[in-house]
Amino acid sequence: MQAGNLVLLLVALAALVYYAGWRRSHAVAASVGGPRNLHSLPTYYATLTLFWCVLPALALLGLWLAIDDSVIRSQVMASLPAAAQPDSGVDHALLLNQIRNVAAGALDADAAPPHVAAAAELLNQLQERNRWFLTAGFLAVALAGGLWGWSRIQPRLRARQRVERIMRVLFMASATIAILTTIGIVMSVLFESIRFFQKVSPLEFLFGLEWSPQTALRADQVAASGSFGAVPLFAGTLLISFIAMCVAVPVGLLSAIYLAEYAHHRVRAWAKPALEILAGVPTVVYGFFAALTVAPAIRGFGESIGLSVASESALAAGLVMGVMIIPFVSSLADDVITAVPQAMRDGSLALGATKSETIKKVIFPAALPGIMGGVLLAVSRAIGETMIVVMAAGLAANLTANPLEAVTTITVQIVTLLVGDQEFDSAKTLAAFALGLMLFVVTLGLNIVAQHIVRKYREQYE
Amino acid sequence: MSKTTEQVRKTLARRYRAEKRFRAMGMASVLFGLMAVVVLFTDIIGKGHSAFVETYIQLEIRWDQDELYIDDPTDPDELAYADYDALIKNALRERFPSVEGRLEKRNLYKLVSSGAGYTLRDRLAENPQLLGTTETLWLLADDDVDRYLKLGQEAQESARLPEQARAWVDELVQEGSTDTRWNASFFTHGDSREPEQAGVWGAVAGSFFTMLVTLALAFPIGVAAAIYLEEFAPKNRFTDFIEVNINNLAAVPSIIFGLLGLAIFINLFGMPRSVPVVGGLVLTLMTLPTIIISARASIKSVPPSIREAALGLGASRMQVVMHHVLPLALPGMLTGAIIGMAQALGETAPLLMIGMVAFIVDIPGGPLSPATVLPVQIYLWADSPEASFVSMTSAAIMVLLGFLIMMNTLAVVLRKRLERRW
Repeated sequence: MQAGNLVLLLVALAALVYYAGWRRSHAVAASVGGPRNLHSLPTYYATLTLFWCVLPALALLGLWLAIDDSVIRSQVMASLPAAAQPDSGVDHALLLNQIRNVAAGALDADAAPPHVAAAAELLNQLQERNRWFLTAGFLAVALAGGLWGWSRIQPRLRARQRVERIMRVLFMASATIAILTTIGIVMSVLFESIRFFQKVSPLEFLFGLEWSPQTALRADQVAASGSFGAVPLFAGTLLISFIAMCVAVPVGLLSAIYLAEYAHHRVRAWAKPALEILAGVPTVVYGFFAALTVAPAIRGFGESIGLSVASESALAAGLVMGVMIIPFVSSLADDVITAVPQAMRDGSLALGATKSETIKKVIFPAALPGIMGGVLLAVSRAIGETMIVVMAAGLAANLTANPLEAVTTITVQIVTLLVGDQEFDSAKTLAAFALGLMLFVVTLGLNIVAQHIVRKYREQYE
Repeated sequence: MSKTTEQVRKTLARRYRAEKRFRAMGMASVLFGLMAVVVLFTDIIGKGHSAFVETYIQLEIRWDQDELYIDDPTDPDELAYADYDALIKNALRERFPSVEGRLEKRNLYKLVSSGAGYTLRDRLAENPQLLGTTETLWLLADDDVDRYLKLGQEAQESARLPEQARAWVDELVQEGSTDTRWNASFFTHGDSREPEQAGVWGAVAGSFFTMLVTLALAFPIGVAAAIYLEEFAPKNRFTDFIEVNINNLAAVPSIIFGLLGLAIFINLFGMPRSVPVVGGLVLTLMTLPTIIISARASIKSVPPSIREAALGLGASRMQVVMHHVLPLALPGMLTGAIIGMAQALGETAPLLMIGMVAFIVDIPGGPLSPATVLPVQIYLWADSPEASFVSMTSAAIMVLLGFLIMMNTLAVVLRKRLERRW
């Protein structure tokens, strides 16, 4: 039975167990003079029984699903004769795929080598047995748990305290998922990066000027050694982010100032949400817009004044990314500008300063740390943005500062290296994880600094 | 007049000009942002509206049993594998008897969509008595014909349709044998290499299953985490560490979550690629911080007097939370969850990493069957070389934006309806 069906079955079973627990708590209550004299309300006894039924079964299911695949795999591979044992990781994966395809009936078993056919049969047997064991074990644990919980219902049982303690632990476990996610991210990018740096030296990666991740499939191929100098990617990422910031920071900041300080409250009431529509548009839509509307327009304009513009220019991607980040900058700036105490405005205006002088010389300096924090967050967003650059920026790693040429970025390379079929331990694939590590470290650093600045600034005026 | 006043007077005009300039710059910035919204939407609607209709060609179909090689009309197998394209080819040849030569004929056959044969097959399967009769049918035109007709007089030069075929199409148009109809297949079909047969339904179903998994996991976990952090967590290093993690995860680029999904779910746990369950898991991890942060804000907005009153009447802390705080905070939590879901619905990059970019024609039947999602479908179509896919892409974007607008409106309405001021 499939895991989904098992869970559905468990839901039905849980309802049954809950009802049974509720009935029993009433039954035992009869001996002490009614449910009033139980330690807890009958629903608590029922809930406790339900927990006994559901939680161990779910834990078993999770554990089982996490390991059953690898156990079956290793058993199948161990069953192969010594002569047929694969010697490299690639052959291992290939052979396993072949066995799987034969087992699923996608390949003809008669045409396959006899040891593969035998292994496929074993695989089918093991999977069948695995399904039965899982179903049986799952139901047994659920029923046994439910029964145990049901049998323990007594008037003196402190059911409420137990239920509450279990719920508290569950709540805490949910909160811990945030930590587990971070650990998962660090582990997944770090381990693969370490494997990458065993093949390519970190110095070459960080300071090399040549990026061409094509590695040889065979040792005797020409011009396929692969070089992993990531400087062109860093430069391209910075160039596009810089263009985006040139759009987003002035426009976002000025519109925040205008809406906070000048605009009539009615104008503000509809202009602010209208601007925030930009934040809700999915990035793939911006990518489409950049690639099919903005880039040809820039190219056409450039040609009309005699400039040669690449069709995947950094300018198009950067401009559209800037538009995407405008609402991000403006809403953060709006928060800090409105947080500046009114007394500072009044003081400056009373001394005869005009409104713009007040803004430039009093409010802006006071809000500067907060604005800087917001800008840093925006930069980290621009660096990590993927879809716009995947669709509108180039693939070739040019080391250039000319915004009219095509450049590539870290995120574009991660996507192109990992989308499609490739063996998992080639330097090419691992390079994507090394780039991911760089991206994670840089954005994390920016976020921490930005959050620190913003928090410090908030304390100043509270 | 004192000297200072004089000095101030002199500079006053300049200062007022600066004031006006600054104000104008602010207004220009706001207008720039609003213009970007308008341009974006008009561009997409302008490109995409034409994809909602498609061209049909009227042809005289002779249901010839010999031509179809059907010996026994009662045998469903024979009906299923008969050569229906031959009927269309015959009809086209009869319609344009002057066409000679292999190449020309091949161009002629290309006027009708390659999927039209299946329409005939389904029609015959339903009405077997048609065999031997002749009837006039509207058949789906090829996307090149469709595009040629949609382009309008002046731009028709750029269409991909061959010169000869243009003459045929013009003739058909003059005789009233072409028609544009509502493109129903766009909303009922899965992906296809042929633009006129491709639809978004497969991607919509994939998005639905992915969102279902995300909602089923992210909402309960997010609410539980928020309750713990707001109501139960002791103030210690561990709690601080959780908070730092949540704040940082909210700002981690989405593609990193894709790398996590690839390394942990697919390579370590051996989950299958391209399935909504894995997509939903990755999006759950990605949206959790958003949901936790908004859920905490709405728990915080429940006044402490309510907690104190319940405690005073003898409720346990868990009872206070489950019976009083949670029901009062739920509308705010739902609003946050809908906004998080809208974010997840538009997300593309992490799903590329876990292989949801495969070309999948079938409509997914559940969270465990291979699928793609709406934004990834947009990405795939945007990459396709056929010009007709540009309008298909824009139309798919309109569908996606439609869903997002619906979700955000729902969130606003919920907030308006259920929000309480204390």
